Amino acid sequence: MNVRVIDTTIATPVRKRDATARPLVRIVIVGHVDHGKSTLIGRLLHETGRLPAGKVETLKAVSERRGMPFEWSFLLDALQTERDQGITLDTSQIHFATASRDIVLIDAPGHAEFLRNMITGAAQADAALMIIDAAEGVRDQTRRHGYLLHLLGIHQVAVVINKMDRVGFDAQRFHDIETEIARHLATLGLAATAIIPISARQGDGIATITPPIAWHTGPTVLQVLDRFAPARPATALPLRIPVQAVYKFDDRRIIAGRVETGALKVGDEVLILPRRRTARVRSIEAWPVPDESRVPRAARAGQSIGITLDDEVFVDRGDLLCAVPAPAKATRRLRARIFWLHDAPLSVGDAVTLRLGAAEGRGTVALIDNAVDPGKLAADAATSVEQNHVGEIEIALSEPIAADTYAANPRTGRIVLEAGGRIAGGGLVLSTDVEATRRLEELRALAERLNRELAPLSPAERIAQFRRAVAGRVVFTTSFGLEDQALMQLLADADLDIDCATLDTGRLFPETYQLWAETEARYRRRIRAHYPRTEDVEALVASQGINGFYDSRQARLSCCQVRKVEPLNRALAGAKGWITGLRADQSAYRGETTLVEVDAERGVLKLSPLLDWTREAVLAFAREHDVPLNPLHAKGFASIGCAPCTRAIAPGEPERAGRWWWEQGKTECGLHLRPASP
Amino acid sequence: MDRLDDLEAQSIFILREAFARLDRLALLWSLGKDSNVMIWIARKAFFGRVPFPVMHVDTGKKFREMYAFRDRYAAEWGVNLIIEPCPPIEAVDPTLPPAARSAARKTEGLKQALAKHQFDGLIAGIRRDEEPTRAKERFFSPRGQAGGWDVKDQPPEFWDQFNASPPPGAHLRVHPILQWTELDIWRYTRREGIPIIPLYLARNGKRYRSLGDKDITFPVASDASTIDAIIAELEATNTPERAGRAMDHESEDAFERLRTSGYL
Repeated sequence: MNVRVIDTTIATPVRKRDATARPLVRIVIVGHVDHGKSTLIGRLLHETGRLPAGKVETLKAVSERRGMPFEWSFLLDALQTERDQGITLDTSQIHFATASRDIVLIDAPGHAEFLRNMITGAAQADAALMIIDAAEGVRDQTRRHGYLLHLLGIHQVAVVINKMDRVGFDAQRFHDIETEIARHLATLGLAATAIIPISARQGDGIATITPPIAWHTGPTVLQVLDRFAPARPATALPLRIPVQAVYKFDDRRIIAGRVETGALKVGDEVLILPRRRTARVRSIEAWPVPDESRVPRAARAGQSIGITLDDEVFVDRGDLLCAVPAPAKATRRLRARIFWLHDAPLSVGDAVTLRLGAAEGRGTVALIDNAVDPGKLAADAATSVEQNHVGEIEIALSEPIAADTYAANPRTGRIVLEAGGRIAGGGLVLSTDVEATRRLEELRALAERLNRELAPLSPAERIAQFRRAVAGRVVFTTSFGLEDQALMQLLADADLDIDCATLDTGRLFPETYQLWAETEARYRRRIRAHYPRTEDVEALVASQGINGFYDSRQARLSCCQVRKVEPLNRALAGAKGWITGLRADQSAYRGETTLVEVDAERGVLKLSPLLDWTREAVLAFAREHDVPLNPLHAKGFASIGCAPCTRAIAPGEPERAGRWWWEQGKTECGLHLRPASP
Repeated sequence: MDRLDDLEAQSIFILREAFARLDRLALLWSLGKDSNVMIWIARKAFFGRVPFPVMHVDTGKKFREMYAFRDRYAAEWGVNLIIEPCPPIEAVDPTLPPAARSAARKTEGLKQALAKHQFDGLIAGIRRDEEPTRAKERFFSPRGQAGGWDVKDQPPEFWDQFNASPPPGAHLRVHPILQWTELDIWRYTRREGIPIIPLYLARNGKRYRSLGDKDITFPVASDASTIDAIIAELEATNTPERAGRAMDHESEDAFERLRTSGYL
């Protein structure tokens, strides 16, 4: 029996001219056993007139001989065992063409036992068609398959609600199931392309909207198939080439691998992980090369290539070639969300072999969280991951491996696990720096709690409670501005274990130095000064001149980096808490700040006790307590930084308008910048 | 990149994985269009040479043109050719239908060759679209010690990560062109200028679409006397590729039985 079918009904000129340029889309059909996957495929072939002549008649004769009623699914269930048991054991692939696409339909088994085969089939797909029996509704395996589509990174999903004939084409029944499955998919971050009522056996909703489902306003199954898009190589992501092998067939030393993401050209520098060595691409090798003009000079995602490097740096199978500015991470510990297919459960302490790209690593399961059966609605988390269940695990590796998070790079952010030399599971990398991720999560939780608790309190109470909640060193950084001086007064009154630090950029106003001395005398404490690194300042001035920061925004940011940001990082090194004088109404940017923020880069919690105060309120407080202030404030300087980069503002100008006034837009130096996305 | 580039890149990837992870590898050369494409891609993968032996398991019943093709291109392509014979028909399971029994000689020949050379990996040019049981195959397909295929217990395979650790005595079938279709093969053959056996081209209104033993392989009606014409013909046909291979059609499950016992 053969179900390879070639379109004869649509003679498109496009197809004749450049047949291999038509989009090829691989679509997996998933769902609970007996909900009608194979019937739908058989019907699709029949509805579109793509069956070889005599095929249906032959199968009808076979069915009669076996004393079974004819089913459309017989077209697919080619193996003897399948016809005997009436279930699909493994994945079948069926080629056919629609108006604008060549389609490979992958029939994945719905039986729970064969989840490994469903995954094998679905992992090759660009899109999924999920089938649900209208009489039975959403079942365990429906939910399980939905969850696995999410873990396999398949984002295009359409749902067909089949056997509508068995429920009298009841629109209400359809809408109930529609709501339930849409909600389930939404919890997985998936949105269905369409949800369609069909009867695969009778043909409703396949190629046309028939009278019994006239109430359905959406597309037919064929229209949906024709809208799915093929996966595109991720050329826009940073370069990643997992090294498959290094060949020394002749005097060349060819590094072979597939460009998983990004692009490269001869002359590019690459970082080799986990060895952390760099080298430049000397050549891209190919065979056959008819003449010199055909020697490749560039390659991009999707291509299997060979390159030579300009340096005899050691490279081996399993290394990852990365773009220098945006490399993967060499790590000994990974956190991943995985599915597990082996019959023995995965437990903490188990030894596993991990594959990522061409790398093979040996490790131990160090931790398991949230292990559940993704088919059950309210499942209790277990301490081991059972067969066909999912969970989050941490793996401690004996040697470092180069990895990305799945969020950063889907191709090099996924792993496969082996047990006994056989693939037993796989999943998505959630973190390549587990300790940092855990600390960050703890910080986020603490920040959330403190934001709630601190909101109704006074600034003094906020500082005191922040000090109690943060375990470790807390640093108050001052630039002797109005808010800083008010905070200094509060800290002096409270006598808390909080360090005071300032950044002496070397370019401050004489008035600021004067106030610094006054403040130390008034509050009887030394303020720890952090200076720029001499060699950095020398290099900066050598490169851009003594006042080069006026020339360009880039030059100014370099100066801020050397004179402020780098010293601040040292001032906060090892600290857990940071207190600043930010106010929300200083600028729109600062208006998005919360009382307590997580500074992920520096690993600290940042408290701005005066965040919700106005400038007037701070001024009133300062006057009341006779707080020493910078005399420049009285001369129209609202916000005071380095002398060359601060001017007075006119009445009515925004408060920070006098900072780097010659630049358009941003008025931040980088101390308080948040990363673009969390 | 067009579809042929995508297919070629994946086939190269698979061949390189096989070469990196298996110790004793051989490529099965049936002399047909598919294995010729495979050898061509292997030369691309390894920059002009095939770094493992190319094995022809010879039933002794191939067409004269096929032997001529083998001898010429084995030399021209510089491959390390191994030729292994097949046992006589009497040594084969007598319960199989006649053509399948004849084809099963190749399975026996393969088993003997495996035992002799101790290969742990055999690269074979089967394709999913040829036949439904082949549609169920993995890229790396484990075979038991007797060479059998346990279709009910195939390991999972995804994200181009392969099961490449056969237990001692067992071997792996590696299928680098599993994803290709018959049309892809011809379009690629045309694009790359890969030589073919002239039996594929029509003479006197007949041509071979698939080549096997001469006593159990039959030509189909066709006027396609060039590769261009073959491509045009395939774009418009509904007849299966293996229609001319007798052992596929003797009974519903004859081909499946052949495959579970180790046929390609």
